[in-house]
Amino acid sequence: MLKVENINVYYGSIHAVKDVSFQVAEGEIVTLIGANGAGKSTILKTISGLLRSKTGKISFMGEDIIGVEAYNLTRRGLAHVPEGRRIFQLLTVEENLEMGGYLRSASENRDTMKDVYRRFPRVEERKRQIAGTLSGGEQQMLALGRSLMSAPKLVMMDEPSMGLAPVLVNQIFDIVKELNDAGTTILLVEQNARMALSIAHRCYVLETGRITMEAAASELLDNDEVRKAYLGG
Amino acid sequence: MSGLNVKTPSRYALNAVSVVGLYLVLMALIRYRVLNRYQALMLIPIGFNIILAVSLNLSAGFLGQLPLGHAGFMSVGGYAAALLTMRLNLPTNVELPIALVFGGLVAAGFGVLIGLPALRLKGDYLAIITLGFGEIIRVIILNLDFTGGAYGLKGIGRKTTVTWVYIFVVVTLWTINTLIRSRHGRAILSIREDEIAAEAAGIPTTYYKVLAFAISAGFAGVAGGLYAHYLSILDPSTFGFMRSCEILVIVVLGGLGSIFGSVVSATALTILPEMLRGFAEYRMVIYSLLLIAVMIFKPSGLCGKYEFSLGDAIDGFNAGIRRRILKKGGGSDASGS
Repeated sequence: MLKVENINVYYGSIHAVKDVSFQVAEGEIVTLIGANGAGKSTILKTISGLLRSKTGKISFMGEDIIGVEAYNLTRRGLAHVPEGRRIFQLLTVEENLEMGGYLRSASENRDTMKDVYRRFPRVEERKRQIAGTLSGGEQQMLALGRSLMSAPKLVMMDEPSMGLAPVLVNQIFDIVKELNDAGTTILLVEQNARMALSIAHRCYVLETGRITMEAAASELLDNDEVRKAYLGG
Repeated sequence: MSGLNVKTPSRYALNAVSVVGLYLVLMALIRYRVLNRYQALMLIPIGFNIILAVSLNLSAGFLGQLPLGHAGFMSVGGYAAALLTMRLNLPTNVELPIALVFGGLVAAGFGVLIGLPALRLKGDYLAIITLGFGEIIRVIILNLDFTGGAYGLKGIGRKTTVTWVYIFVVVTLWTINTLIRSRHGRAILSIREDEIAAEAAGIPTTYYKVLAFAISAGFAGVAGGLYAHYLSILDPSTFGFMRSCEILVIVVLGGLGSIFGSVVSATALTILPEMLRGFAEYRMVIYSLLLIAVMIFKPSGLCGKYEFSLGDAIDGFNAGIRRRILKKGGGSDASGS
């Protein structure tokens, strides 16, 4: 469904992503794990058109998407939940969701919104509230809900567990799993490798901008090297 | 408690009636000399300052992009409108609205032209580049023949009346308020809140930035047209950087993102320098001190992001009365009605 071939991304003279290639098949949860600065978020930003790759190809559903504006990717079914939630602080919760469904008709939005509220009852309770007053976990749920409003085929999530209490992390990951069961393909970037591997089908390990390992998630959980490096022994 | 908060059924009708009502009151005040000739004339600069402030608020407060070239768009609109009325020979009340709309469209066109490259930048950089564009417009007008160059443009008919200013203020407020409350308005607000997230949600950010910027420029052009036909002379040197700053001061003082604040602040800051004429040379000192005081004690501006709604105010008032009546009547079944 998503195919990334030999991309190289630079921040000025810093070579942040080196010859990275990977793919995500329909119905999968694929996770990219790696330490801070390994280039995980950079890869997501490159896919969604916020950064440019100097070389290589990125294709989504068989079509080349390099150079396509971010908002047009959303139209094609590729949603990006950016790092740090980035909800619209001064709009209400409902308006946030409505903007997530910007590209769709009002009636489609009404149905999807019901679906989002069913998944996130907490968000529904607060639908008239200003989004900036929500707690961190609620904001993350809202960010996730907002991305679902565009009825995406593939959701890219950048560190959904960041800054959340363990209980909430579990909740978020449960929801990600549910979404996947319902047919949404997911590309997950995480530092919380244990959580990510517990729900993912396949995993790529990144080290300083390079993919050093590719395996089924269950395999990696048993791999001594990975355990030592990312799972705390 | 839902019984207490009954909504007035037709906000449109209510607003229309109050707009006409306010106009009749103003006219009566002028007619029966409650406002003297000088005070009545002050209504015109108050009007075009409201238009300038509210239009700048669209891009500075709602879109969140701070431009410093508003005077440039005002001058484009002013010159365009003035040059049109000087060539047309129609009755004043036909000619003026045509000229104002024309001035607004030309200014909006310039807004698109300048917005496309400039809106790639943000914050300080956008401020500097729009400041530059504003100055370029001024220098070009200074050096063109048909604009009268440094002599300015003379012999523009005095066509601006309180009525026309009032009409265009209402049109401006209605347009911008409706825009902000629409889906497009929320798209503009979400760009202010977080541009990357807005783009990720599928909102074409460039389109909305240029759109808001152009509408903002267009209404500045309308204000320029009213200004030109009020003074009957246009001098390029009055459209410099300081003019842009004055408009920005009005907007920031009223509250970035509050239309109501811009209206209050434009009215106050137009009247204030006139009222302070008695203090002669200390006038500008007092004016500046007041601005500093507001910024210290109310940094979000006089109104913050508050919007006044006549309908809500009346509903709130009625709810208060009902609550009081219910209290007198025992209050035990207050939630029942």
